[in-house]
Amino acid sequence: MKHNLSLLLALVGGIGIGISGISPAWLHNTSLPMIVLSALIIQVGIGVGAMHDLGTMLRSINLKMFLLPACTIVGTLLFTALAFLIFSNHHLSDIMAIGSGFGYYSLSSVLIAQMKTITVGATEATQLATIALLANIARELLSLFGCRYIAHKGGGLAAISTAGISSMDVCLPSILNATGDKRVIPVAVFHGLMLEMSIPMLIALFCA
Amino acid sequence: MFKILFLLLLGVGIGYVLRNIRGIHRVDQTAHYTILLLLFVFGVTIGSNHDLIKNIAYFGWQALVIAVLGMLGSFGAGCLFNHYITKKEEEQR
Repeated sequence: MKHNLSLLLALVGGIGIGISGISPAWLHNTSLPMIVLSALIIQVGIGVGAMHDLGTMLRSINLKMFLLPACTIVGTLLFTALAFLIFSNHHLSDIMAIGSGFGYYSLSSVLIAQMKTITVGATEATQLATIALLANIARELLSLFGCRYIAHKGGGLAAISTAGISSMDVCLPSILNATGDKRVIPVAVFHGLMLEMSIPMLIALFCA
Repeated sequence: MFKILFLLLLGVGIGYVLRNIRGIHRVDQTAHYTILLLLFVFGVTIGSNHDLIKNIAYFGWQALVIAVLGMLGSFGAGCLFNHYITKKEEEQR
């Protein structure tokens, strides 16, 4: 909760400073988000590479585990596409790009902002990136608050799938608690990692 | 896209080489601060876009619908997968 609160504060603080107009010019540098994002991705990589049980986890990967992230991707994209029926003012590909964040709001919104700025200009790109940010924040928060209920209703695998990217961090303790099955840990971490790798590819595909 | 994949693999390589160095696992904490910085910078971009701020309720509604639909879809897919795995395990017994 403290973790989520600090994220919310950083975002709200940024918005507040943006509205007040007191932000220095360098904060508006368009290449700044990509520099920070690059630093983040290297750190995520270092975290995975330095895992002591990396070898064990890699050896325990089997075909079944490869299928769960694929199910999450197909399920999410199929249902996200339904939003096109309600919000037909957006392109279907844009809605699918927003859904492709799987709860990883910082990465997905920055990627959408970067990729769409080139094709449709900064204003529309920022709008889509904002919807992506809000949609993926909502997915993480709803998963976090609902994962006990979801695990109870549909089982551990359904809870991992619904949590999206958060299955490997924020929601993992709650899923573990609700199912009482330690075998969900490698599945949840692998699921999160696979989704994390697929996000840039899917967003690039839908934003092309 | 390839830049991100390259950076990720570069990070994994660095992490693997430095895995025995004390304090390397604090990278999880620094990643959190980096996300904070990223969100802050993104927040400044949103805040300085006054049109966007005026329409935040409109965007929020769209975002919520997309999020809930995505969750429903993956919940359904996860349940089907769970059903399939359980059936396979029962068949093997």
